[in-house]
Amino acid sequence: MENFEPVVVAFACHYCAYTAADMAGTKRLSYPPNVKIIRVPCTGKVDMLHIMKAFEKGADGVCVAACLDGDCHFRTGNVRAASHVDAVRKLLDEIGVGGERLEMVALSAGMGERFAQIATEITEKIRKLGPSPVRKVSVAAGAA
Amino acid sequence: MITAERKPLSELVECVRPYGRILLLGCNECVTVCAAGGRKEVGLLASSLKMAFSKDGKNLDIKEITLERQCDPEYVEELAPHMGEAEAVLSMACGCGVQEVARRFMDKPVFPAVNTKFMGASERQGIWSERCAGCGDCVLGITGGICPIARCSKQLMNGPCGGSSGGKCEVDAEMDCAWQLIWDRLKALGLEKRYEENMPAKDWRPGRGAGPRKIIREDLAR
Ligand code: FES
Repeated sequence: MENFEPVVVAFACHYCAYTAADMAGTKRLSYPPNVKIIRVPCTGKVDMLHIMKAFEKGADGVCVAACLDGDCHFRTGNVRAASHVDAVRKLLDEIGVGGERLEMVALSAGMGERFAQIATEITEKIRKLGPSPVRKVSVAAGAA
Repeated sequence: MITAERKPLSELVECVRPYGRILLLGCNECVTVCAAGGRKEVGLLASSLKMAFSKDGKNLDIKEITLERQCDPEYVEELAPHMGEAEAVLSMACGCGVQEVARRFMDKPVFPAVNTKFMGASERQGIWSERCAGCGDCVLGITGGICPIARCSKQLMNGPCGGSSGGKCEVDAEMDCAWQLIWDRLKALGLEKRYEENMPAKDWRPGRGAGPRKIIREDLAR
């Protein structure tokens, strides 16, 4: 567990989080390389199945990063994303993976520091939770 | 439409536990509309089951197929080429679809993945409510288009009962009293007089009173 490096998948909205991540890079702010970013046109486009597949394929944590309240370029994409995230959390609890491995955050395109901070916090949180039970088994099964 | 809700995952996990390879079926009709058993829900359930088992070190092989309609033999037949490799079937269709698959494939265990609930309408996105009880002798024409059988908790033909208050039903304060709705609608139609007429006792035979029902359209069935 000591050298466990979590894999965190971040679905980042093109209009905010993705740009914020870009800004973090431009500002030479470092954040954990554990966070793998997938750019989406709006978090409303993130299907529940996308999140499930991320976990199924071995993510230890998933983050959906949306525009701030009222700032979604498609008006209510972030609101819909929030309810999708809630539903997947419940499903993850039902499966026994743990809904706390999925998080939703909101930020604006100018928040480079905030992005780096979120990435660090989520990575640390998942590190504490330990490897996803799904991945643990599939890795073991692959090795056997 | 026929409405349904997915069964708890723990129940489904127990159903498929003895098997290694299952066929997970969806239906493109009612259960797609009520978001219980369409292609999307099939995908989510497949992913959930795979994770639930891989957590315990087991690899569950799932083939996902969503039929156009699972209550019609023509569509169910499409499953024939896939049945050989499946050890069991888990169906997200309503009870009609589940039974049609079970009837066609006699030697396969078939499990329902949803609880079929009622014939209902969408109130708005994500909310469905019961509207029709399939009584076989529709009275909507005289009750202002509101069904006292499906929507009155007591199925009263001459309501409301004393449990109606402020337009709500005594069974649940959130539930509309069907007879209040009927009265409001009759008033809107200027048909208050109709309310005065007593409805005779209902003949339940066209409902389930005479056993399972069947419709035979001679012109089509020939
Ligand atoms: S555009 Fe960013 S969340 Fe919708």
